[in-house]
Amino acid sequence: MSTASMIERADDSAAVLVEQVQDALSQRRPLAIRGGDSKAFLGRMVDGEPLDMRAHIGIVSYDPTELVVTARAGTTLVDLVAALDAHEQMLPFEPPRFDGVATLGGSIASGLSGPRRPWAGSARDFVLGTRVITGHGKHLRFGGEVMKNVAGYDLSRLMAGSFGCLGIITEVSLKVLPKPRLCRSLRLEMPADRALLKLSEWGQQPLPISGACHDGSALCLRLEGGEGSVLAACDRLGGEPQQASLWDDLREQRLDFFRDPRPLWRLSVPLATPSLAVPGEQFIDWGGAQRWLKSDMSEADLRRIVTEVGGHAICYTAGHAASPFHPLPTGLMRYHRQLKAALDPQGIFNPGRQYAEV
Amino acid sequence: MNILYDERVDGELPRADKAILLAELRQRIPDLKLLHSAEDLRPYECDGLSAYRTTPMLVALPERLEQVATLLKVCHAQKIPVVPRGAGTGLSGGALPLEQGVLLVMAKFNRILEINPQGRFARVQPGVRNLAISQAAAPHELYYAPDPSSQIACSIGGNVAENAGGVHCLKYGLTVHNLLKVEILTVEGERLTLGSDALDSPGFDLLALFTGSEGMLGVVTEVTVKLLPKPQVAKVLLAAFDSVEKAGAAVADIIAAGIVPGGLEMMDNLSIRAAEDFIHAGYPVDAEAILLCELDGVEADVHDDCERVRHVLEKAGATEVRLARDEVERAKFWAGRKNAFPAVGRISPDYYCMDGTIPKRQLPAVLRGIKDFSDEYGLRVANVFHAGDGNMHPLILFDANAPGELERAEELGAKILELCVAVGGSITGEHGVGREKINSMCVQFNADELTVFHAVKAAFDPSGLLNPGKNIPTLHRCAEFGGMHVHAGKLPFPELERF
Ligand SMILES: Cc1cc2nc3c(=O)[nH]c(=O)nc-3n(C[C@H](O)[C@H](O)[C@H](O)COP(=O)(O)OP(=O)(O)OC[C@H]3O[C@@H](n4cnc5c(N)ncnc54)[C@H](O)[C@@H]3O)c2cc1C
Repeated sequence: MSTASMIERADDSAAVLVEQVQDALSQRRPLAIRGGDSKAFLGRMVDGEPLDMRAHIGIVSYDPTELVVTARAGTTLVDLVAALDAHEQMLPFEPPRFDGVATLGGSIASGLSGPRRPWAGSARDFVLGTRVITGHGKHLRFGGEVMKNVAGYDLSRLMAGSFGCLGIITEVSLKVLPKPRLCRSLRLEMPADRALLKLSEWGQQPLPISGACHDGSALCLRLEGGEGSVLAACDRLGGEPQQASLWDDLREQRLDFFRDPRPLWRLSVPLATPSLAVPGEQFIDWGGAQRWLKSDMSEADLRRIVTEVGGHAICYTAGHAASPFHPLPTGLMRYHRQLKAALDPQGIFNPGRQYAEV
Repeated sequence: MNILYDERVDGELPRADKAILLAELRQRIPDLKLLHSAEDLRPYECDGLSAYRTTPMLVALPERLEQVATLLKVCHAQKIPVVPRGAGTGLSGGALPLEQGVLLVMAKFNRILEINPQGRFARVQPGVRNLAISQAAAPHELYYAPDPSSQIACSIGGNVAENAGGVHCLKYGLTVHNLLKVEILTVEGERLTLGSDALDSPGFDLLALFTGSEGMLGVVTEVTVKLLPKPQVAKVLLAAFDSVEKAGAAVADIIAAGIVPGGLEMMDNLSIRAAEDFIHAGYPVDAEAILLCELDGVEADVHDDCERVRHVLEKAGATEVRLARDEVERAKFWAGRKNAFPAVGRISPDYYCMDGTIPKRQLPAVLRGIKDFSDEYGLRVANVFHAGDGNMHPLILFDANAPGELERAEELGAKILELCVAVGGSITGEHGVGREKINSMCVQFNADELTVFHAVKAAFDPSGLLNPGKNIPTLHRCAEFGGMHVHAGKLPFPELERF
């Protein structure tokens, strides 16, 4: 199971981390939890003492026939993916690796998912269990290493996307899947409006689509599955072959589109939302459900437009928006505060990273 | 230890005045249907865990959201516990009423509000039956994936509250993976929207937290589920084995071959025979174990995968591998499995269904353990198993009329769950904790973990009036349970005082 390199790169520093948290608790000193720091651009600044997770590394267990891997939070995605590669398995939600420095803990805490998300599921969908250092300085285990587990509240999935505000994730168990047998990418020249209509039509059919984006001039599709289904879909959909590296570049935000100097916004909208008439450049991902936007338009106007279609907007450019995450309705915010107070009563974990109130 | 609400260890409940409550409810919600005579209350004494019954103080059957909101506000003001209930098919006593509480039945909320094929979602009221969603989506060639065996009866609200699974969850996920949004009312009657019509929403993932929370954090009043395109074809292979070990190893081999079947189920000899007697599915009754492996998707892929799986099964030592010839035979193969519970019900006066999960590699060891317990307690156990995702349903056969047998069955069940925890699994994969497994929670979680659960509960329901006593045991209960239940000289809750 574990290769030599994995053992070399394993180090359990949980005890040290727990001590640091207990110290911080006794002095009521906020902590800024940090993995590879690759997502520093996302969210609000945290005024706290850095807590570095990168010494807590290694794959704790991985049995390919169980489709489950457990690793410490500081493990880089690159190392984790390499271990899965060796068994022809993958993290289906395709989290960005950001120059190789993104850690497992940071990826789960921020809940980022790549191009396959609408078809395979999100980061939180693949979380089976976590170990967490709590706001009472205890190192606890929630969920587990089994596919199905409904004992107690689902705190491990709650941790996904909570940006470290509810506790320190020290270990994560994830469901993994075999890689598809065949993968083909296509490029079909057509305007965005038509692409969105086509995606909505194809979405209702059993096609093996696992990636769908529109770069302004063409719809690019990724097809994954068995030989039969992928080749038949290629025949049916036509178009030109497209290099598969597109999906990596999209996931890592390395495409030319992302070089535009204007602020970057991520708009999350319902699947069948038509083109959004907003100033700036757009790049459609997730089969229409995620729209990247480079625009100087005002935060308020943008939020109003996305809210009207049932979506929300997050600013991906550090320091640009007053509140990078979409503001919450008052009632919901109250329960966020109460949950934060319940799990982190002294407010020491990444205070304000997501919202000033939590 | 009895699982009925016990104020001594589960916490004191407020004393309710039924007359005052009735008067205020009648005045504030004149058109709300209320049941309060002994005769009318009887059908609501239990859910699917029928060995345990409590008569609720009264039953409310609202039909409109405002009725639910006002009912919750009135109960909150008068400090009256409220137990939500959907269709009452739950197997863990999650909807078991309280003598001093109102049973809030959501079954009348049974309207499908919207089927949206372009957006691939369905928006429904919580009392809509699971199967009704797929039926309503069928004209668009879409369906709702999670398919609990109780799908003709159970409600989607109950599915959300239990995070229900089905035979297809290895490939298509549990309820939590197939939800976009739920509307809830808090214990105070405040409306909240969790999730959204988009694939994600800002803030903490309260949708995930609420899924599987057993009606403890809020009342589900509307559910938006994802719809999927129907697979073009589905084929099913039936493989017979002369030992459960070989069948278990074959499951791992299928996964190792890079195949994720739509469904992968195992049955042992006792369940095979019971199902065959009942359904005549064509099962090989001499086999020690059978596997049902369903492959679904696009025709060409399914064909190739069937060949691959057949090869794997043969290599793993299957004594026979059969591909269902047509839809009729496929439906028959599944009917045997889906009716395994009632089939076992026919060979024994009563049965008790367990729901533990384990890492798949532990299957042979756990089955041996179950066999030993079965001998020790003198009760037969039939094993039905969602093999693909390690979720076991041992069915303990007993006779409730024979003195002491129910207690023995429960003890045996608790032993099996402890074994699941010991091998790295969980006491419940999909049926929930409810009241049934309240003591077993003390085995799976330590006092600090339980304390965190209580804190989460308090963040949404500080007065503890929503479904009290379910899902999370008090530390007192665990201390008492631990005292009776010392493992190898180690107390699970050494820090707590004993009663
Ligand atoms: C023969 C049989 C087979 C089964 N097979 C499966 C299976 O394959 N997979 C599986 O997962 N389960 C299975 N079950 C269990 C059961 O059907 C599920 O747990 C189902 O989700 C319960 O739904 P319900 O509407 O009957 O809920 P109920 O039993 O009425 O309630 C269950 C829980 O949900 C809460 N609740 C109900 N409605 C609401 C609401 N609107 N808001 C808040 N809380 C609510 C209740 O308080 C309770 O805690 C089976 C049961 C039977 C009898």
